[in-house]
Amino acid sequence: MDELKQVFLQESNEQLDALETLLLELENRPDDETTLNGIFRAAHTIKGAAGMVECAAVESFAHVVENVLDRLRNHEIAVTTKLAALMLGCTDHLRVLVANEAGVAQVTIEWIEGQSARLLTELGEYGPGGQVFATPKASESGVERIPSNRSGHNCWHISVRFGPDVLRQGMDPENFLRFLETLGNIQHMETLADVMPPAAEMDPELCYLGFEISLESSVDKQAIEDIFAFVRDECRLSILPPNSKVADYIELIESLPEDSLRLGEILVRVGALTADELAEGLRSQAVPAGAEPPETLQIGEILVAQQVVQPELVAAAVAKQAQVSEKKAQDAKLIRVPADKLDHLINLVGELVIAGAATSLLAHTRRDGELIESSSLLTRLVEEIRDASLQLRTVQIGETFNRFHRLVRDACKDLGKEVELVIGGGETELDKSIVEKIGDPLMHLVRNSLDHGIESPAVREAAGKDPRGTLTLNACHDAGNIVIEVADDGAGLNRDKILAKAIERGLVEPEAHLSDREVFDLIFAPGLSTADQVTNLSGRGVGMDVVRRNLQALRGTITVDSSAGHGTRLTLRLPLTLAIIDGFLVVSGNRSYVIPLDAVVECIERPASEHNRNYFNLRGQVLPSVCLRESFGLPGERPARESVVVVQYAGQRAGIVVDRLAGELQAVIKPLGAIFRHIQGIGGSTILGSGEVALILDISALIKISGQAEQRLIARPELRNA
Amino acid sequence: MNVTRRAFTEDFTIYRASELKPRLLAAIGEGERIELDLAGVERMDSAGCQLLILAKREASAAGKTLAIVAHSPAVQSLIEFYNLAAWFGDPLVVSAE
Repeated sequence: MDELKQVFLQESNEQLDALETLLLELENRPDDETTLNGIFRAAHTIKGAAGMVECAAVESFAHVVENVLDRLRNHEIAVTTKLAALMLGCTDHLRVLVANEAGVAQVTIEWIEGQSARLLTELGEYGPGGQVFATPKASESGVERIPSNRSGHNCWHISVRFGPDVLRQGMDPENFLRFLETLGNIQHMETLADVMPPAAEMDPELCYLGFEISLESSVDKQAIEDIFAFVRDECRLSILPPNSKVADYIELIESLPEDSLRLGEILVRVGALTADELAEGLRSQAVPAGAEPPETLQIGEILVAQQVVQPELVAAAVAKQAQVSEKKAQDAKLIRVPADKLDHLINLVGELVIAGAATSLLAHTRRDGELIESSSLLTRLVEEIRDASLQLRTVQIGETFNRFHRLVRDACKDLGKEVELVIGGGETELDKSIVEKIGDPLMHLVRNSLDHGIESPAVREAAGKDPRGTLTLNACHDAGNIVIEVADDGAGLNRDKILAKAIERGLVEPEAHLSDREVFDLIFAPGLSTADQVTNLSGRGVGMDVVRRNLQALRGTITVDSSAGHGTRLTLRLPLTLAIIDGFLVVSGNRSYVIPLDAVVECIERPASEHNRNYFNLRGQVLPSVCLRESFGLPGERPARESVVVVQYAGQRAGIVVDRLAGELQAVIKPLGAIFRHIQGIGGSTILGSGEVALILDISALIKISGQAEQRLIARPELRNA
Repeated sequence: MNVTRRAFTEDFTIYRASELKPRLLAAIGEGERIELDLAGVERMDSAGCQLLILAKREASAAGKTLAIVAHSPAVQSLIEFYNLAAWFGDPLVVSAE
């Protein structure tokens, strides 16, 4: 795919996203002008971009959509649910067309053509005068309309007198006019040669031709003018928009060299005016105008006076200019950067952090005060650079959330439910690479909630609840993680049903006693679905296990809370970034380990009395503890004084027993090789300033391990002192 | 009636316009009714079309009749595009399409 196409794909998708959002907004506020204009603009931009890359299929389809939108904008047709749904369908189809053009579509050409034809027929109902748009032929750009009976009032009127030299310059008026035909349908054309002098003076190489043309087309004035761009300076061109006032035509007549009456007749013939309008207009013009000479005129007014542009067009042009400069200002604030360049930068910053740490270490060993001072300044700057460069990759999650408006809307229509989507914490930022990977799991969860969680309005009403269900998407930061919640106020999980299904599938023993949370965790087991009916949304029993696996791949977790009759809440926890963390360095058995600093709550000395236990007493609170020395089977003697680092994760606290505390550091996470993937309790590795490798502890896994160890001991107390 | 018939086979284009103008005007001077046979004209552009307009106008001004009795496809196409067929008033072969 060439570069232009790539940009086209990206930009079109952005515009399509905007279009979709606006269409959804329009459903709620059908009279909002700004929204309507935004929709029209988005469609127009897509069409324009498609034209640039010569992508006829997208262009012609977008053109039809734009026509309908234009009528919508002009209040010729009203916004209805049906129309909004159709427009959303068109948006989807445009997406497919764009993807197809970029060579990434997953559907067949036949399917696309079928879909095009279907949508165009539907769109046809909204076309001018209920006219049906013809299906575009595969190879042809532009859309043909079945010509209606002469709709002169709907036509542009183009009046052009070619300059005498155009023929000599090798430009034939015929070519320009033929090209005009590509913009629309020439309803009528009158050729004028009145300015041709008597035979003796007539120079056969000069052009004496002029034309009055009535063009049926939905293009804008600029497009028509562009056709004459090459001869713009040579010719006298006036373009009157459709539905121009009679007075405008009269002015046109007067400004032209030919005899007014003859021109008037021509205009009547062309269909621009009726005979009565012409007579009336000419009469009123005969009254002399006031003798006040115009003072300093705006360029727009001058152009209007000279018949170059129409007043309404000037207003439109001014508005358009404002829009363009606004967009430019916005564009200037944003720079597109390829992701791999950013990744390279982050890598470099990572190396810089390591090198900085080495320098700082060296300064401390040398005991050189000035060097220490300058290296600490360096460290601070490096930290800022690190944060700033990581920021470059972060995006707000709101955009991901907003996509679900459409999903919820469509699913509600399919399922006959009423659901309101409430979004919170959309401004929460997280790494782009994570955002990309989290979209699918989130979609699964939202679908599940809609399909199984929230009941139908009748059932809800019977249960004394608001018939309109609520689905909440929320995001926030918590201890170096991002927490995303998907909550509904539906029926909640059916504990007995899940348990029965799990027993039936042999996932648990029939006599096992499981806590609520353990039972709910079963929904993540492969092949378990409690849905009585499989719908096209969900219920096939694949999904939740995939969701969990996807999250685990991102070092994230998912937990589920549910209460019967009140709803279900799924909580996802994900690391903010995958690259660099602030760490806390600890030493056990002469090996260094890094604990993510965000997880550290406090550090205390381990009382000698608690040496052989897997729990400890923190100001009266009993917390499980895990001894690194024991967990990892480290060699060497236990030191006389051990320390406990109290860590917190997902609301749970635990202590990690270590030999020695060694202070804070920045750790550039280097992923472990595939061989080590199954080791529990280790999340990655990093290189210290000294060049030594330190392992980064996976706190969530350690807490789990310590909890399990304690449970085993409770079950079999005789092991405790073994 | 004195009928003059002239057949043209060269292109009615800007390149030949200077040469064609005197020949056309000369033809008008030769008879009461001038018939132009343009069946052999392979190409015609706006300059050529303009010359035909001139010829027709001059003939009318002199009280004579100028008729194009045979059109080549190129001539017919341009005259139709410029919507001048009625003005010339010559019978044209309506194509089947």
